Amino acid sequence: MADIQPIVMPKWGLAMQEGMLAAWHVEEGATIAKGQEIADIETSKIANAFESPLSGILRRRVAGEGETLPVGALLGVVADPSVADADLDAFVAGFQERFAAEMAARATEKGPEPETVETAAGRIRFLKLGEGDGTPVVFVHGFGGDLNNWLFNQPPLAEGRVTYAIDLPGHGGSTKEVGSGDVGAMTAAVCAFMDAVGLKKAAFVGHSLGGAISLDLALNHPERVHSATLICPAGLGPEISVEYIDGFMTTSRARKLRPILEMLVADPALVTNEMVEDVLKFKRLDGVEAALNKIASATFAGGRQALQLTDKLGALQVPVQVIWGAQDRIVPASHGQGLPASIKVTLLPDAGHLAHMEKANEVNELIKAFVGD
Amino acid sequence: MQLSRDDLLQAYRRMRLIREFEDAVHDEFSAGNIPGFVHLYAGEEASAVGFCMHLDERDAIASTHRGHGHCIAKGCDERAMMFEIFGKKDGLCGGKGGSMHIADLSKGMMGANGIVGGGPPLICGAALSAKTLKTGGVAIAFVGDGGSNQGTTFESYNLAKVWNLPAIFVIEDNGYAETTSSSWSVAGSQVDRGKGFGMPAVQVDGSDFFAVWEVAREAIERARGGGGPSLVHVKCMRYYGHFEGDAATYKAPDEVARYKATKDPLMLFRQRVTEAGLLDGQALDAIDREAKARIEQCVAEAKAAPLPTEKDLLTDVYTSPY
Amino acid sequence: MSKKTYRQAINEALRQEMERDERVIIMGEDIAGGLGSPGEQDAWGGPLGVTKGLMPKFGRDRVLDTPITESGFIGAAVGAAATGLRPVAELMFVDFFGVCFDQIFNQAAKFKYMFGGKAVTPVVIRTMYGAGFRAASQHSQCLYPVFTHIPGLKVALPSNPYEAKGLLIQSIRDDDPVIFFEHKAMYDLEGEVPDEPYAIPFGEANVTREGDDATIIAFGRMVNFANDVADKLSKQGISCTVVDPRTTSPLDTETILETAAETGRVVVVDEAHPRCNMATDVAALIAQDAFDKLKAPIKMVTAPHCPVPFSPALEDLYIPGPDKIEAAVRAVVGKAH
Repeated sequence: MADIQPIVMPKWGLAMQEGMLAAWHVEEGATIAKGQEIADIETSKIANAFESPLSGILRRRVAGEGETLPVGALLGVVADPSVADADLDAFVAGFQERFAAEMAARATEKGPEPETVETAAGRIRFLKLGEGDGTPVVFVHGFGGDLNNWLFNQPPLAEGRVTYAIDLPGHGGSTKEVGSGDVGAMTAAVCAFMDAVGLKKAAFVGHSLGGAISLDLALNHPERVHSATLICPAGLGPEISVEYIDGFMTTSRARKLRPILEMLVADPALVTNEMVEDVLKFKRLDGVEAALNKIASATFAGGRQALQLTDKLGALQVPVQVIWGAQDRIVPASHGQGLPASIKVTLLPDAGHLAHMEKANEVNELIKAFVGD
Repeated sequence: MQLSRDDLLQAYRRMRLIREFEDAVHDEFSAGNIPGFVHLYAGEEASAVGFCMHLDERDAIASTHRGHGHCIAKGCDERAMMFEIFGKKDGLCGGKGGSMHIADLSKGMMGANGIVGGGPPLICGAALSAKTLKTGGVAIAFVGDGGSNQGTTFESYNLAKVWNLPAIFVIEDNGYAETTSSSWSVAGSQVDRGKGFGMPAVQVDGSDFFAVWEVAREAIERARGGGGPSLVHVKCMRYYGHFEGDAATYKAPDEVARYKATKDPLMLFRQRVTEAGLLDGQALDAIDREAKARIEQCVAEAKAAPLPTEKDLLTDVYTSPY
Repeated sequence: MSKKTYRQAINEALRQEMERDERVIIMGEDIAGGLGSPGEQDAWGGPLGVTKGLMPKFGRDRVLDTPITESGFIGAAVGAAATGLRPVAELMFVDFFGVCFDQIFNQAAKFKYMFGGKAVTPVVIRTMYGAGFRAASQHSQCLYPVFTHIPGLKVALPSNPYEAKGLLIQSIRDDDPVIFFEHKAMYDLEGEVPDEPYAIPFGEANVTREGDDATIIAFGRMVNFANDVADKLSKQGISCTVVDPRTTSPLDTETILETAAETGRVVVVDEAHPRCNMATDVAALIAQDAFDKLKAPIKMVTAPHCPVPFSPALEDLYIPGPDKIEAAVRAVVGKAH
């Protein structure tokens, strides 16, 4: 039986619960190679070719085309020609029985889901992943983003440590009350969150506006900051794309918002329909428009950044690194030039403003190396 | 509760203004100066004024196609009304409604209504608003004898009763629905209809302002006090045809003339208050002169006022950009 | 964000708006149920349970069961809207509009215009429509084209749970009268719906699929059929744009014309009867304003010109289902099966 191997429904991204086997590309009895596209699988978010995780002869196609199955469900069976059909039947029967039991257990256990906590700054939603003694990491998204922006970064960083991705006030599932809406108010909210969850000190990873907030924390609350990784951060120069900010704020139609969001990335193909829809869905929530307006006018009215921290960098007491997409069209990468030598700056050539999503592996490695264990 | 001297002057002023207004509209229509349909209220003034004297800004009324009298009684601006009837831009409804759709919601006037029986369901809603928002307001539907036979009216009796609404149904029975006599078209009696729905219901002589005022007071106080809906059957007479241009050949030849000579509500009012020494003839004469002058002025200004233009055609269809 | 049914999304929208604004009340026949009866209160929560639980939460002063008196209570909702409340009235089946239409099209729709702009009538009429329930001729019609025809009314046709919640909240907040159409065959349809309140603006179509070969413009439940067809055909080398106009009044003519012009091959899918429906309306719009972009005649996929039949065998033939849509798309792109 050891030479019988299952092929199961893959898990693409944290949210995927089930997938639909849209089409098989190989017949029963075919020899398949690891990495070969053997089927199309669709989820609510993405459709993709499914690459075989192993090599061998596909003896059985257990899942039929058009069937929707949970993650981990049996799609097919790979085995040598020498294995008898009866053994294959027994393997499939045994797998299905175990899987049914596992599904029953899975129904009662909860996967990682965002939680909310009441803080001095109001309700904050966050996703906590990982456990262990490693330096904890807090991820802080940018203007108009949310904790899901760290989809590709938080899970790998969560090995051996606790990580938190938070929704800033005015964003995601957090309070839509943003106070003065400036960087100081956001920094205070992050501190309030840390107090509420009992987190004394963490390594910060901040993107864009979240970068300015992380830097503000590093300057003004160094006792709470182990280190700060700033990705395409605000706060290091005057310019910011007014075209992007205004377009983001005022556009309510998907087809018109898409070109605005494409400004975020080097390769426009990365902007999916789902991404556009998710932004629109966020903007439609009660209170979001007012919150974003307040933040925008307090932090970058008229396309000029209100907070300039460059002059204060000499006073930094904690390690800071900067990662920038060379093709950033929102906050120019030139803001990363001429910083004090103590600040490590990495320029990623084929990335735009969403460098942490566009070049997730490289960014993750840079963060891991910087934060250490 | 008694009518003060000021109340009496006010009641007479309102009734006289309605009469002058309707007579002037009749003349102007005959002269070809007013477009469309107009339905005149002359002869029925005591009904509108007898009820509306008890109302204030909390209260709402819905009217009929014969709505000018109800509008004036509820406080609509007679000058803007005249402009409206002439189809002018500065009419109460911008010239878009005309005689059959004069309304001023800021005054609690929910509209004359081109649909017979259109008003009763609407005032159930206004009464529901008053009850829900606890304003203490009441709502009145004026309904003709024609409208009294519409299903909407019966549905509203039922709804007002089961929801215990501060609603009053005033059946203004001028004897004719268009050409058809209410003595033929109404089965049973209006009062029994009301009682059949469990409502207090009375009949009143619509030529007698004081009688109308008194039954109105009872019904309105009951409604304000949470006592639910009532029905009042007002017997009255319309002096002109169903609409202007109707020669009213279906009426008996002397029917209107005899009523005017013996039962005209303004004449009876004048007799009552002067005989009782409540008001003197001079004060009433002064009101007559003022009302006549006021309406003449309204007509003159309405004639001279500008018409709406093409840019007004598509405004006011929706509240938000469409 | 969590999975909710179309029914739950509508219930949540009503609940959140009633919590937000005390002027919002709901009324209709058996929307709670059991009034004056000796047994269970909130017995139904509407005939299909859409308003269940709202009466116990908000009380009978804000959740008003009515007698069976559509003219009476629809008219009352209109009158209440004109005098300070924001009523949401439930017309159980849109087929019943025949006994209350005056209150909708002669009163609510026209107040603003007839009264020179000095009236707002923020009434919402929620109503069930559509075939597929074996409910026969008087409980299965679409009829939204009738309401779309009337200036002064707005008409919303949510195609899934997310749309249902956002469009209903917008309907309630809108100062104009809105007829909100709920397809009875979609109440158990599930989808992701944010827990927080949100409003979807009227007159902004949702482009649910983007393709190069054909543009399918579909209404209400038909959007789901069109999406399924587009997904199926995309695997066979035919890629379709699918447009959900969301509201038929106002109608997003800009997106319709733009997406029609992009592919030049158009299928319009409308569950309503074929004369003077949304399909004819949209087809005429495109023929008038984008004729030079068309590469093939426009195809309309609609119900036939007959009442909705009862027998399942006949009703299944009546509904413009995925097979008919697929055939129309294949016809406009010139690729047979």
